[in-house]
Amino acid sequence: MGPEVLHDVTFEINAGEFRYLVGPSGSGKTSLLRLLFLAQRPSRGLISIFGNDVMVAKQAELVGLRRKIGVVFQDYRLLGHLSALDNVALPLRVAGAKESEIQTHVSELLAWIGLADHIHALPESLSGGQKQRVAIARAVITRPRLLLADEPTGNLDEALGQHLIRLFEELNRIGTTVIFATHNKGLVARNPHPTLTLASGEIRAKKPPKKVPNNTLENTNGKAG
Amino acid sequence: MVRRADMARRAPAVLALGRDAPSRFLPWVFALMVYLAVLALAGVLILHSAVDRWQRGEVGTLTLQLMPQKNESAGARIVLAEEILEGIGGVLEVRVVPQSESLALIERWLGVGNVPDDLPLPRLIDIDIAPGSGVNVESLEQRLGQSLPGISVDDAKAWLDRLADFGRSLELLAIAVVILIGLSAVATVVFTTRMGLSIHRDVIELLHLIGARDGYVAAQFQRQAMILGLRGGVTGIVFAVATLYGLRHVAGRLETPLAPEVPVAYWAWALLAAAPIITALIAMITARVTALRELGKMM
Repeated sequence: MGPEVLHDVTFEINAGEFRYLVGPSGSGKTSLLRLLFLAQRPSRGLISIFGNDVMVAKQAELVGLRRKIGVVFQDYRLLGHLSALDNVALPLRVAGAKESEIQTHVSELLAWIGLADHIHALPESLSGGQKQRVAIARAVITRPRLLLADEPTGNLDEALGQHLIRLFEELNRIGTTVIFATHNKGLVARNPHPTLTLASGEIRAKKPPKKVPNNTLENTNGKAG
Repeated sequence: MVRRADMARRAPAVLALGRDAPSRFLPWVFALMVYLAVLALAGVLILHSAVDRWQRGEVGTLTLQLMPQKNESAGARIVLAEEILEGIGGVLEVRVVPQSESLALIERWLGVGNVPDDLPLPRLIDIDIAPGSGVNVESLEQRLGQSLPGISVDDAKAWLDRLADFGRSLELLAIAVVILIGLSAVATVVFTTRMGLSIHRDVIELLHLIGARDGYVAAQFQRQAMILGLRGGVTGIVFAVATLYGLRHVAGRLETPLAPEVPVAYWAWALLAAAPIITALIAMITARVTALRELGKMM
């Protein structure tokens, strides 16, 4: 087991919130997000997502939880041999949705994010902004309750970054909880939302939680080793 | 609006397993394994049928020995034996072995020119009988013994029994070879599946993160292994059948009753033709079990 990346990290996020996760590079943002999107379990501590203790959740329960979470990666993580449509369709296909429904929903979503003319394009023929929009479409196609974004504007210019944050705010307005990791202070200043600040693996400042309803994502002293 | 062609299209493979190195060489490995396994299986079938024939005494050749009698000339006894044999249904050919050939057989043991003139040598008659005619040692001895005392019929049973034992040992060896080939196929699929899981680790993690169950990921490996198994199996069986036809042609020119027959029974060919399907099934099941076991170790 390697060195502990996160320690003394305690926070709660209520359903419907939009929260920035900020901090310098190497502060542990990606490690915290990996714990939240269930790519790994903490070495100690408690992580409760939608009321489920991640430490003791069984494989089948993790699958159910992951289907309620959408993830946007900084490096997009699109599958190079699949078209934009097939990349966005992935979460529906793994959930066993009907092919006719998949084609309809995915086409509509791609049209909504301005990629109607690129449905059959492979990722290599798309620009950085277009790839990021495909990645976002893949994250939201199943209408997840929680959307986690790891530096989604990191590879984009300011105008495109601003366009994407509008997209996330739109999704938040229709009920999706958003955690948006970024080290772009300008972006945070232009589009103010409550922040969760990480520095050297610790929470430095946080907004005091209000009332904690059932529909809550909670990380109490979770550690990633 | 979604085009009709889009609606009808099939979902593409999520893991690009077809582009991996194993997907290029695995069909040839399977082809070689199926080729060897089918030849070994054909060997088992050929040997099994030959051993069966040898043991049932259906070789078709018997040897009659006429011991010299004091009051009868050898020539008269031979003529009488030929007459009786020609009257027995199922006797295809009768050949009296010349005395010189019988002497030559003895000279191998006593040395050339060392056979005494007064040594009572039996006269030999080779008889070819039709398979399934029911003519055997007992029936011939019974028919001939009444008119020709001092006669004996030899079907080389003891020698054929030893040959049959040897044949059975070869059968077991061929079965062991087929089992070893099967185990090698399983080990190859385990190795390539693990390699595939390692190559596509990032994509598999992504699939997990978007809610894929292990069974969904394992199905990708299972499908690919089945396709490669079928492809290799069909290639292997084509070469194996061509080889067996060649063998059958060569065996047909041997003109010896002991030559084993290349099996022509439909069930035997059906068993051999099932080799690609069996290969695909083995590959498919092995890939699924391996993938599920390895995926279970991931979060």
